[in-house]
Amino acid sequence: MIEIVDIVLLILLATTGVAVARQRNLFAAVMLAGIYSLLSAGLFMVMDAVDVAFTEAAVGAGISTVLLLGTLALVGHEEQKPKHTPILPLFVVLVTGAILVYGTSELPPFGAADNPAHLHVAPHYIEESEHEVGHIPNVVTSVLASYRSYDTMGETAVIFTAMVGVLLLLSRGPLPRRVFHEGRWMTLRPGTTREDLESDSDGEGDDPLGDVSGAPGTSAEEDGDG
Amino acid sequence: MDDRLILRVGTKILIPFILLFALYVQFHGDYGPGGGFQAGVIFAAAFVLYALVYGLGNAVKVLPPHAVYVCGASGVLLYISVGLVGLFKGGNYLDYNVLAHDPLHGQHWGILLVELGVLITVFGVMVALFYAFAGRRRIDP
Repeated sequence: MIEIVDIVLLILLATTGVAVARQRNLFAAVMLAGIYSLLSAGLFMVMDAVDVAFTEAAVGAGISTVLLLGTLALVGHEEQKPKHTPILPLFVVLVTGAILVYGTSELPPFGAADNPAHLHVAPHYIEESEHEVGHIPNVVTSVLASYRSYDTMGETAVIFTAMVGVLLLLSRGPLPRRVFHEGRWMTLRPGTTREDLESDSDGEGDDPLGDVSGAPGTSAEEDGDG
Repeated sequence: MDDRLILRVGTKILIPFILLFALYVQFHGDYGPGGGFQAGVIFAAAFVLYALVYGLGNAVKVLPPHAVYVCGASGVLLYISVGLVGLFKGGNYLDYNVLAHDPLHGQHWGILLVELGVLITVFGVMVALFYAFAGRRRIDP
């Protein structure tokens, strides 16, 4: 029974992958990428990796789809025709894929009890977690947050670093600020100061950034540091 | 999206449940799938949904960008300081056993606090990434 689910999910996954690659409409490609993530989450679920499936569904199908849509609002919906023939990239992809498939033939069978991964520290975690970490039925949490908490700290720092990197690359100029002006809070557009509010009585600044659908030129305000 | 009534009302109804579900995922991580990372993403998703439907300007009024950046940094700091507390109490770095009188209580506190740190950082970073992408305007050639 589980094999049928596996096969159906893998076929759908492959179909979605090919569809993403062939799609010229970037909006459709983003939507298909979200579906791809959701299908992978289903596969992780079948392999009993519920925590991974949860993360894949939330991040892959959720947040990153939104981020890609936000990018599409900036770059447009149509992919340009490539100037080169796809022969060389196709060759590279096929060779790499063949090597990877060849590599999997050396892997131990999925879920076998004598796999190296199940012989090293995993038995200790499973047997001793109750006594060492306490009553935490989900051993994944006790491994992540207690036994392997150095790793999780590193991952948290990596996520923070991602924010710093994106902000350094993408944020242009000052961000909108909230100021208290004439008895109420207002949003100050980038490039304006409190003095502009004084001179400009209707400068309520209710939508300083426009919304994500990003119609070009809405409330476009030229700030000089672009 | 001023004219899409169903979307606006539906979003308003959904957001409290999304936030509550994020907290459930956070505090139920000991018993089922989930934990700080997933909870942070879901928490951020509520604000992303709000921004998508009501516009980024309104979202920035609810959750200003500088607050988001503070979240992104303070979660990591919380995580690191839990490790340092273990160090000052005579254990190793990130040793939870010494956090309370009973080692198992210490473990409980340690996991609770570091998961909270992960939640705060992931929430802050996800919203910050969204603000960074959505806040840019299209540059027409």
